[in-house]
Amino acid sequence: MARAVTTRRKAFNTLLAWSIGLLIFFPILWTILTSFKTEAQAISDPPLFLFFDWTLENYAVVQERSDYTRFLWNSIIIAGGSTVLGILIAVPAAWSMAFVPSKRTKDILLWMLSTKMLPAVGVLYPIYILFIELGLLDTRLGLTIVLMLINLPIIVWMLYTYFKEIPGEILEAARMDGAGLKEEILFILTPMAIPGIASTFLLNIILAWNEAFWTLNLTAAKAAPLTAFIASYSSPEGLFYAKLSAAATMAIAPILILGWFSQKQLVRGLTFGAVK
Amino acid sequence: MGQITLNQITKRFGDVEVIPPLDLEINDGEFVVFVGPSGCGKSTLLRLIAGLEDVTSGVISIDGQDATTVPPAKRGLAMVFQSYALYPHMSVRKNIAFPLRMAGLDKAEQDRKVDQAAAVLNLTDYLDRRPGQLSGGQRQRVAIGRAIVREPSAFLFDEPLSNLDAALRVGMRLEISELHERLKTTMIYVTHDQVEAMTMADKIVVLRAGNIEQVGSPLELYKNPRNRFVAGFIGSPKMNFIEGAEAQKHGAHAIGIRPEHIEVSETDGPWSGVVGVSEHLGSDTFFHVHETGLADTITVRAGGEVGFRHGDRIHMTPREDVIHKFNENGLRIS
Repeated sequence: MARAVTTRRKAFNTLLAWSIGLLIFFPILWTILTSFKTEAQAISDPPLFLFFDWTLENYAVVQERSDYTRFLWNSIIIAGGSTVLGILIAVPAAWSMAFVPSKRTKDILLWMLSTKMLPAVGVLYPIYILFIELGLLDTRLGLTIVLMLINLPIIVWMLYTYFKEIPGEILEAARMDGAGLKEEILFILTPMAIPGIASTFLLNIILAWNEAFWTLNLTAAKAAPLTAFIASYSSPEGLFYAKLSAAATMAIAPILILGWFSQKQLVRGLTFGAVK
Repeated sequence: MGQITLNQITKRFGDVEVIPPLDLEINDGEFVVFVGPSGCGKSTLLRLIAGLEDVTSGVISIDGQDATTVPPAKRGLAMVFQSYALYPHMSVRKNIAFPLRMAGLDKAEQDRKVDQAAAVLNLTDYLDRRPGQLSGGQRQRVAIGRAIVREPSAFLFDEPLSNLDAALRVGMRLEISELHERLKTTMIYVTHDQVEAMTMADKIVVLRAGNIEQVGSPLELYKNPRNRFVAGFIGSPKMNFIEGAEAQKHGAHAIGIRPEHIEVSETDGPWSGVVGVSEHLGSDTFFHVHETGLADTITVRAGGEVGFRHGDRIHMTPREDVIHKFNENGLRIS
């Protein structure tokens, strides 16, 4: 009798999982609900859960006052661009580390990860100055590069662990079958690594989409993505909860939908290597 | 053609010498088995021939051509791996066709050769499946199919059967032997299983710590092992070794006698001992005999079913004509 799972225990686990899930999701749910309330109902005490006058007025006002599509477009370009650029750089890097490791490969990997431990604000000043000097301030190109750089260690690590799982014997078999380096990479390695590259891609889109520190500090009007769009509703109009919620809902909706459709890939990417 | 010559080849990994200078001649059409305990360098030797590892020094020639620095893709050899190493994202058909595709054959020719190989290996019904949907034995067949379509000058097998269960292993062993009979192509086969070596090989190469201990046909090794290591490694159950007074009677430091060359009796025989574990196989009975005064355990193989029991005192007679004699260095005295 090793670890028998009784029905009661199963029910308890299910209940627990749902409770934790709901707890985590609740703020998002509340934001979405609030976005459909009037400003008065949004701050009513006791709070209204489902029974209020549903309205789309907040969305209309938000769209009218600030150009949502412009922010959305910036977000797509910055998140997508930084991820594609990062993967293009990380694939060869991870390949060489996984298949032709040197004595220092492990050190390099750890060093790369250690850069993620540095508080971002610590390098804000030098990067800000650099951006002014290079004329990159408030440009999509500048943000794409910065977001690519801050996510690159994670991209390399994810791809590295993924490539590590590809058995070397399969590559050797390809070599025995007459494949040169080019064919080996093109016909064997890349197709086998596509699930890993895809989940890395998705995770990094999400990370870049939600990145707020750099996007808020390095943009003003032109290149501002959706994070700046939400922020613009928080400070001067902090009391207008319903409109703030509408803005937030519009900002997170695209990535939420993307995440929903690709959750299988994402979970696989995040747990890969943990369970064989 | 598949004549492979190794001339004074060595292999070092850092400071560790895995293969000390080694010479070996493999003739065209021969079935050669490299056998030895784990870590004896047999797989490394195979990988050196394949070109998957570079030799530290020495020359490898294939059909008279120096192939020492030729990349694996260009050596014209095919390899079957222990893990099968199939391409998981390709169908069986594409797996088998891959070497042909690399060789630039046109599609129709590829299909013709794949169909031919599939028919030989009973894979015709599985050509559209992925490797993940096949059993272990079928996967191994696909790996063999991938090797035979390119008509290599030699096949290299790296412990191809060790991932299969016992029944399947015997079946595949016969299939590979039959394949060799039909193709008459040189085959080099690595295994740690001396039964596979004995049953399949034309020529066995016994390795220990990178050194070749002996090269010869299975029966040569069985009858005339060059030293105690080969004597103990070839044959199952293992040869019994006896040192001391009994060995000196034969003018040797140690004598060896195979379990099948000892007769047992209730009453007669120069040696006696107490039966420990006995293994009844029906066709044979193995006795592990203790308290003989000769060695810790003497293993005896009796044909058919013999009914001695645990604790019985029995007598044993070795066949004098097949006693192997060894000197202090473990070398055979003829």
